Amino acid sequence: MTELLSIVIAKLNYWACIALMMIGLYAMIAKKNLVKKIIGMNILQTAVILFFISIGAKKDATLPIIVHGHAAESHAARAAEYINPLPHVLMLTAIVVAVATLGVALALVIKIYQQYQTLEEDEILTRLQNE
Amino acid sequence: MKTLAIFIVLLFGGLLIYCTLDFPPWGDPLAPASMHVSPRYIEQTMEETSVPNIVTAVLADYRGYDTMFEAVVIFTAAVACFFLLRVFGRIESESRMYRHIPSGITLRISKDAEPLRESREFERIDLTWVPYGVVVKTSCRIIVPFCQLFALYVIAHGHHSPGGGFQGGVILGASVILFAISNNMRLSFTRISEKLAVLLCGLGVLIYAGTGALSIFLGSNYLDYGALSRLFGVDPVTARSLGILMVEIGVGITVMAVIITLYYNLASAGRHDEGL
Amino acid sequence: MIWQIEFVVLLIVIICGIGAITVKDLLGAAILFGAYSFMMCLLWAIMGAVDVAFTEASVGAGVSTVLFVAAVFRTSRRTKD
Repeated sequence: MTELLSIVIAKLNYWACIALMMIGLYAMIAKKNLVKKIIGMNILQTAVILFFISIGAKKDATLPIIVHGHAAESHAARAAEYINPLPHVLMLTAIVVAVATLGVALALVIKIYQQYQTLEEDEILTRLQNE
Repeated sequence: MKTLAIFIVLLFGGLLIYCTLDFPPWGDPLAPASMHVSPRYIEQTMEETSVPNIVTAVLADYRGYDTMFEAVVIFTAAVACFFLLRVFGRIESESRMYRHIPSGITLRISKDAEPLRESREFERIDLTWVPYGVVVKTSCRIIVPFCQLFALYVIAHGHHSPGGGFQGGVILGASVILFAISNNMRLSFTRISEKLAVLLCGLGVLIYAGTGALSIFLGSNYLDYGALSRLFGVDPVTARSLGILMVEIGVGITVMAVIITLYYNLASAGRHDEGL
Repeated sequence: MIWQIEFVVLLIVIICGIGAITVKDLLGAAILFGAYSFMMCLLWAIMGAVDVAFTEASVGAGVSTVLFVAAVFRTSRRTKD
């Protein structure tokens, strides 16, 4: 029992990320409103980014900005003192692409509303079939 | 549909949790993700590029292609939003309303009569005009210049502190959005017009790609900033730092213009006459 | 990396995420999404990713929320589910 508890505590961060991803996925599939689907897409994107950032964390390590002084002597940066900066780089790109996708998705939503006067998926399908 | 969704979610969630049982413990310094590639970047960034912020150095120098195409991606998003939403031509209303500023008298002129000439005493108000409060306008007038100053600081200090081109560009765009929300959106159109915003989108990408092309003209590979040392007269390490600064400025300009364009098109639904 | 703070912030993130897709008012969903974004930014700042947290604070909690409110303003505010 205690070993199960220790497994749970060690992996709790990853399980929280997976729970968030599944919340976003559920919103994208099951909700009928288009804006709710877009919110679900963004929740999924930020949950994936959280997963990548939590891979790069290290115990007893500091931010990935090298401490350097103005004096001529400098000590070489040891890799164990800094957290892994490579996932941060990829996730910066991912955040900016997420906001670009959000802009285009909201533009599509406004256009659909101007055409069909509703945002619910089933009403749009019936109006499409009646045309 | 909801039961199918719950079934899919539980299935995938169960599979992913089964996969996490093989993961190393969280925060382990000996995890495979931290052992193979990243020590090389952490240890040699300072002597190769003299930029202490490792994330900025990797983003703009070692992975410069990714960042350039990401700038192209957000530029494409702004253009796509423009093509989806923009409608030209104004909606003609039946009459126009003018206010005489010194005395406060409001005139209504019907559509058939000829419009008043532009003069400083008459301002045009429309039937959809919403009066903006003095408190919001004054407080945002104080906030906007400090916001822009902070954004320029973030862009310029991307080498030594968290920040860089993206963050500064987004804050610049957010300051213009604040200006457009607190004042009338038409006033924001007179300051930064739609044509200027779209031109700035392209200008930022051009600065980025132009820095790479400049490296080719100076005889080295594309986006190799060490070749700029012949142009500026410094050693290659400082030239790489300067090259990173140049591309960060380009990315910042693009991101600002994209955020402004997205807001203009979304808040007015393409008609560009009234905002939020 | 203090685990108590991290646990509390994770709990708030999950509650905001579930709330953002459950409320029936789209404006409330947009504001809850802004709160979710900001709590994510705090979580990443706790884990040491300061550049990513800076970007998410400005993009997610700032511009994304404004774009959502603008889109909800131009379409309807009420939703059935």
